[in-house]
Amino acid sequence: MADLRLTIDGRQVVVAQGATILEAALDAGIYIPHLCHHPDLKPVGICRLCMVEVAGRGMTLACLAPAEDGMVVKTESQQIDKVRRVALELLLVNHPGDCLTCAKNNRCQLQRIAAYVGVSPQRFARLRRTEKTLPPDDSNPFFLFDPNQCVLCGICIRTCDEIVGANAIDFAFRGFQTMVSTLSGRWVESSCVSCGECVVRCPVAALVPKRYQQPQHEVQTVCPYCGVGCTIYVGIRGGRIVAVGGDRQSPVNQGRLCVKGRFGHDFVHHPDRLTTPLVRRDGQLVPVAWDEALELVARQFDQYRGDAFAAMSSARCTNEENYLMQKLVRAVLGTNNIDHCARLCHSPSVAGLARTLGSGAMTNTIQDIAQSRCIFAIGTNTTAAHPVLALKVVEAVRRGAKLIVANPKHIDLDRHATLRLQHQPGSDVALLMGMARVIAEERLYDAEFIARRTVDFDAFRASLERFPLEFVEQATGVPRQHIVEAARMFANHKPASILYAMGITQHTHGTDNVLAISNLALLTGNLGIPGGGINPLRGQGNVQGACDMGALPNVLPGYQRVDDPQIRSKFEAVWGCTLPPGPGLALTEMFDAMLRGQIKAVYLMGENPLLSEADAQHAERALRQLDFLVVQDIFLTETARLAHVVLPAASSAEKDGTFTNTERRVQRVRKAVDPPGEAKPDWWIICQIAQRLGASGFSFSHPQEIMSEIASLTPIYGGMAYQRLEPQGLQWPCPSMDHPGTPILHTQRFATPDGKARFVPLDYKPPAELPDDEYPLLLTTDRSLYQYHTGTMTRRVEGLEVLDGQERLCINPHDAAAMQLADGQQVIVRSRRGRVMVRVKVTSSCQPGVVSLTFHFAETPTNVLTHAALDPVAKIPETKVCAVRIEPLDGPPQPGLHQQITDTTSCAGR
Amino acid sequence: MQESLEAVFGRFQGRSEELIPILQQVQEHFGYLPKEALRAVADFTRVPESRVYAVATFYAQFRFRPIGRQHIMVCRGTACHVRGAPRILQELEKQLGIKEGETSADLEYSLETVACIGACGLSPCVMVNRQVQAKFTPQKAAQLVRRSDSAAASQTH
Ligand code: SF4
Ligand code: SF4
Ligand code: SF4
Ligand code: FES
Ligand code: FES
Repeated sequence: MADLRLTIDGRQVVVAQGATILEAALDAGIYIPHLCHHPDLKPVGICRLCMVEVAGRGMTLACLAPAEDGMVVKTESQQIDKVRRVALELLLVNHPGDCLTCAKNNRCQLQRIAAYVGVSPQRFARLRRTEKTLPPDDSNPFFLFDPNQCVLCGICIRTCDEIVGANAIDFAFRGFQTMVSTLSGRWVESSCVSCGECVVRCPVAALVPKRYQQPQHEVQTVCPYCGVGCTIYVGIRGGRIVAVGGDRQSPVNQGRLCVKGRFGHDFVHHPDRLTTPLVRRDGQLVPVAWDEALELVARQFDQYRGDAFAAMSSARCTNEENYLMQKLVRAVLGTNNIDHCARLCHSPSVAGLARTLGSGAMTNTIQDIAQSRCIFAIGTNTTAAHPVLALKVVEAVRRGAKLIVANPKHIDLDRHATLRLQHQPGSDVALLMGMARVIAEERLYDAEFIARRTVDFDAFRASLERFPLEFVEQATGVPRQHIVEAARMFANHKPASILYAMGITQHTHGTDNVLAISNLALLTGNLGIPGGGINPLRGQGNVQGACDMGALPNVLPGYQRVDDPQIRSKFEAVWGCTLPPGPGLALTEMFDAMLRGQIKAVYLMGENPLLSEADAQHAERALRQLDFLVVQDIFLTETARLAHVVLPAASSAEKDGTFTNTERRVQRVRKAVDPPGEAKPDWWIICQIAQRLGASGFSFSHPQEIMSEIASLTPIYGGMAYQRLEPQGLQWPCPSMDHPGTPILHTQRFATPDGKARFVPLDYKPPAELPDDEYPLLLTTDRSLYQYHTGTMTRRVEGLEVLDGQERLCINPHDAAAMQLADGQQVIVRSRRGRVMVRVKVTSSCQPGVVSLTFHFAETPTNVLTHAALDPVAKIPETKVCAVRIEPLDGPPQPGLHQQITDTTSCAGR
Repeated sequence: MQESLEAVFGRFQGRSEELIPILQQVQEHFGYLPKEALRAVADFTRVPESRVYAVATFYAQFRFRPIGRQHIMVCRGTACHVRGAPRILQELEKQLGIKEGETSADLEYSLETVACIGACGLSPCVMVNRQVQAKFTPQKAAQLVRRSDSAAASQTH
């Protein structure tokens, strides 16, 4: 598109088509006062401060008027001054004017405009000022709303609508009473998700963070929480994090953050942080010096070389640390018994997609989602678990994309959905194959793509015979016409993207679910194209990286198989060792091996299986039986309390390294502050242990050197080097130092040996444990936006605890009525494996017969209930489905109860 | 609440254009618009809850707090004002222990003021549950409160 040339105040200005006069001016460094304009939002023209004169046309609002070729614009004239002076004075009448003590002093747009336009003291004194003050709303723990400061520019409202899609606020009342308000006025009681996006955009001090200090300097790094991997700027002052903001240049989040990423960093400076190594003496964990702890660990590990040893690596540690961990385990301790929490989340994606496409990661980018014409979100509560990625879904819908949401629960994303399918937990294969069947029968598939790029279509097609729609309807509980409608919608709107998360994977047939998704995308030719793809949303911040780095029992870094002798010899040559040839045990198998006495020593880094593992009491028994358990973490977690040695680690804000986000983007993690006390980065600790075990190849002085070694051995990371990761990272595969990275996978060929993707015929298998007379309800698990994983970090952020600090059993109103349960009532939830005590929340978000819990809260350890039945391929436990019953508890809560269930409650009182 | 709302929603299709009639019927049922009901209306019509609130607050006909069993409206029109409305209001506020615009904690009284109610000839006027009480005085205010208090008391016995 040709650029436009116009003249503003006599200056030649060149701007792209579609820009407004205001944008053209600001772009060229010409200031025009403006209050209701924001570059991220559609213009509305309500403040009337941006008045300009266009030759031949007269006065116009610069924020609304499109720039045109040859336009001559004046920003200053008597008439302009008159108009905007009135507009400004009307605002100032109602504005408190206590600038020096105002939180926005120096950064306030109104101040800037007043300074630019100039306000005469005489006139100002004559302006009638309102005496009425309205009470500020301080209900949100992170920010304050003061209606008296508000200039009614509507930026917050439009942000919440256009960008966030939460629609929590609007202009309420009318006339002079008009004000920004949530439903009923209190911010916390509304649909607000506390993202703070409105707060960062408010031009005045009407919306301000409760705690704000101007930082001394800022460091760019990655959010410590979810797999979206938002780039953040951490503001530091006096060695502490005082403010966090999004990076507007980042291709991942464009400056946007969710509540955890923006406000959830207090855990870094929490007094509970581990500050010295601890060693168990006479049953007590006592502080010791690093030397002593490391010596002890090395001496003990030395005795358990081989398959008596196992390690659990961490999706919260960097790539470099995961690489070193698996190197230590394989090259020094001589076993492939290494795994991490990906086993519990996306192992079926890795296994399933590797089989059909050759690569088990998100095929497209986060940004790409906004280009989709149809998004099929199944088994993902995106706004809660991947909030900033969900903004792309909202954006796509605003651009006219269809959104199909399939979820056993009624979730927030439903508000944006074109079509909502509330299927029975665990019936995903039936639903997906049912849709595939409709697409096949109605010939809506992409025959050309299937012929050119796939194999095994006929066998797959034959297997669709096993999914007549009557059966699908009955298995899923979704009306037949909705299945047909979903199938047509998906097939007829290309490019279509599939998003999924743990609702798909955490099943005994998790791998089948993934294969069914793969089939559907292949059938419609939605791979290798922008806006399409299969997009497994990874949970923890660096879970993609931990997998990439080979913290898995069967593969070395870059998914290179341990049972391939050629691969092994490549690594053996560089590492100077002999590698064990057979795959090790998966995380879920390790616990049985511990109970059998086969595994005797465990090195656990940044993991908390006591709360995260299905059938948690089983895991606890196993860990208690170990001869030697080392836990390395930033807090004394429930699991760490069982350890023989606890090693204090640095958090991601306290070290350098890289994280790989869910879209395969390797990004720099940078040290912002010093670790507390004696805490050390995990990479340093691993190197120390390895060296004390007499190993060479662990003398690194900076993670950068570790990355060079990774790049030399890992083809998909071949082009990764720290200087190349500036400023916005690189997406793997990136095989060489001059490769630009790969945003979209499989554009030409699939990563399979013959370059073709595979269809897989499937059968329907019901979940391993379904409700019966004794345990009549189906328990499914989900996540809260305000908490993360087992809560070790988020539960140490006070504001997040205010927003959601307690487990609730969600139950349908009809079930609640039948059992005579009232909202907030205390009950015992019991499964065949254990029980927890919890308050109920009566909500229609659960369908009848289904109840749900999260697993964030140590005092209600949900995973004592869940079933450890495993998917035969991926060995993931079925944490999404188990059978429970509810026993009402009368009277006040009994604090003693949890102690009987598990003794992990001591950190619960916080 | 669930059932009552379902009954109201049963008469509609859940289209966003139906928002105002739905709100009217909900208010008719509950006497005001409870917060939970507004949420349910938002869900039903797929109109964001903040928008529902914006629409509801825009119109004077909707109220957001329950109203007392005795709904007292003191006329503030010119005629009534001149003939002592301020003193009547003052006395009612004193007797009831609530301010204008408030409802007593036991939900017995709501006290509001209105502009001319069109009965200037009878001024000063007070309306109690939509019935005009003519030629009102502060003494009558005290009586009114005492009368309905004993009525309420006898009802509970
Ligand atoms: S914090 Fe986020 S969700 Fe809440 S009102 Fe502001 S923009 Fe909307
Ligand atoms: S709160 Fe801030 S952003 Fe929202 S309308 Fe008021 S001044 Fe504008
Ligand atoms: S979406 Fe994820 S990565 Fe982004 S700010 Fe939130 S928790 Fe952090
Ligand atoms: S910036 Fe143009 S009207 Fe507000
Ligand atoms: S002024 Fe009171 S009725 Fe008219």
